[in-house]
Amino acid sequence: MVEAAKPVIGRLDHQIIFNLVQPGSRVLDLGCGGGDLLHLLTSKKDVKGQGIEISEEAIYQCVEKGLNVFHSDIDSGLPEYPNQSFDVVILNQSLQECKKVEWVFREALRVGKNVIVGFSNFAYYKSRLMLFMKGRAPITASLPYRWFDSPNLHFLSISDFEDYCKNRDIRILARYYLENGRRLFFKPNFFASNGIYVIAK
Amino acid sequence: MKRSLENVQTHTFTFAQPPHELVLESGQKLGPITLAYETYGKLNEARSNAVLVLHAFSGDAHAAGFYEGEAKPGWWDAMIGPGKAMDTDKYFVICSNVIAGCKGSTGPSSPNPKTGKPYALDFPIVTIRDMVEAQRHWIDFLGIDKLLCVIGGSMGGMQALQWVAAYPDRVRSAIPIATALKHSPQQIAFDEVGRQAVMADPAWNGGQYYDRPEKPEKGLAVARMLGHITYMSDKSMEEKFSRRLKDKNDLFKFTADFEVEGYLRHTGTSFVRRFDANSYLYITKAMDYFDLSGEKFILKDHGSGTRFLVIAFKSDWLYPAYQSQEIVRRLKIKHVDASYCEINSTYGHDSFLVEFDEQTRLIRHFLEKTQAVAEGRTYHG
Repeated sequence: MVEAAKPVIGRLDHQIIFNLVQPGSRVLDLGCGGGDLLHLLTSKKDVKGQGIEISEEAIYQCVEKGLNVFHSDIDSGLPEYPNQSFDVVILNQSLQECKKVEWVFREALRVGKNVIVGFSNFAYYKSRLMLFMKGRAPITASLPYRWFDSPNLHFLSISDFEDYCKNRDIRILARYYLENGRRLFFKPNFFASNGIYVIAK
Repeated sequence: MKRSLENVQTHTFTFAQPPHELVLESGQKLGPITLAYETYGKLNEARSNAVLVLHAFSGDAHAAGFYEGEAKPGWWDAMIGPGKAMDTDKYFVICSNVIAGCKGSTGPSSPNPKTGKPYALDFPIVTIRDMVEAQRHWIDFLGIDKLLCVIGGSMGGMQALQWVAAYPDRVRSAIPIATALKHSPQQIAFDEVGRQAVMADPAWNGGQYYDRPEKPEKGLAVARMLGHITYMSDKSMEEKFSRRLKDKNDLFKFTADFEVEGYLRHTGTSFVRRFDANSYLYITKAMDYFDLSGEKFILKDHGSGTRFLVIAFKSDWLYPAYQSQEIVRRLKIKHVDASYCEINSTYGHDSFLVEFDEQTRLIRHFLEKTQAVAEGRTYHG
């Protein structure tokens, strides 16, 4: 079957990750939510996909899409997998919510040849402004929660992530910065609302 | 439109006629063997749409629909029928009573061909593997080479797992629900108390009670009462009974004051009318012997293409979710296509007979996808 055109993908982060994944590869999506991204990858790129997700409602949505998904938190969902058993492990917007970040990183880098990490930049200029000018915990489009209802346990900036990778000897293979639905190439730690990294051991 | 099937009927299939008896896991032989079974929907031309439903401990072949003139439908009627999770407009759904049962299949209450009298304890010990082996003969007889799905809760889930272990190439998908790869000592312990209750009843008489007026009804009822407690949860019992009394003005006696007592007595006495005490012993023993832990479950990497949907229930303390997660762990190690859902239900182990909406959402789409894969179509929801 020939695909007529490239799929129209609503979210830029999904578009970027979609382009990064090779057709036919084995993909593990940690915190896959309702499976929108995984569904794109399995249906348009013939990826062999597996999701792990904590929300019961999201599990139903994944199964409705015909996806393979395990109902589990990502902190405990990885040890069974053999080393390098996935071509790509995706951690898109799920890192901030997991309890044992270091453990999840180590495990993701162990089971995946490459790991794609997407996260919201806490040093985004709008966040800085809210904190600096108004003295309020930042609420932005990519970090939309109030302090009392946020699922996020960890906050990090693009520079924090760069430092972390350096200190842990994690190789950064590619960097993508997003702001307002567009790619950004200038002073990302200040201007980017989101970062997407491809990393490997 | 969802509806229930009318005028369903039970059929029988007899095989393993001497001298070609079925050799059981224990090495003993059993034959002839009759299986009572029911079918719903139609087997398609490619014979690729058969869904084998496997019943739990006290279930039977009557999984769905109404017998003519009966008011009560089969035990999983909410899940099987036109427009339901197992849609009989699409699938050929089949269910048989296990061997050692007492609902039409050969068991300890069946006549022993050597004596003409009921087997009683001369019936050999059977295992989950033997139950599946008998079903395999029946599936051959029905002309089904490959099952679209094997599905069941509790002991039915064990049979589903056993099907994959024994005949991976004959099963396209499996849905084990609220089950385990092996009984824990706690589960064996509950079963043993049930068996001891039966055997402590003088009317049990070493299993020889079929020609006597008195049956071991007291013992069997106590066993069932215990069982029922393990099928519910603390919360579901609180919601159903709380500490409500049957009659406030008639207290301080050893009658069934509390509603929960009355309920248990009722389930006990109604159970003995429909179940054979020796079958209780044999079938619980079969569950206790079941053990597919470690490497026994799936031998090959990537399985044999059998897809899995594993379902557990949060409040199930008899078959806790960790046991389903252990199944999932084995599937992960072998890279088998699988999904796992832990449904947030309060009904305890009974949830698989109660939580229809959630199970329907999962099973309906899982079957559609499996059917699509079987027919070489793509399925993307």
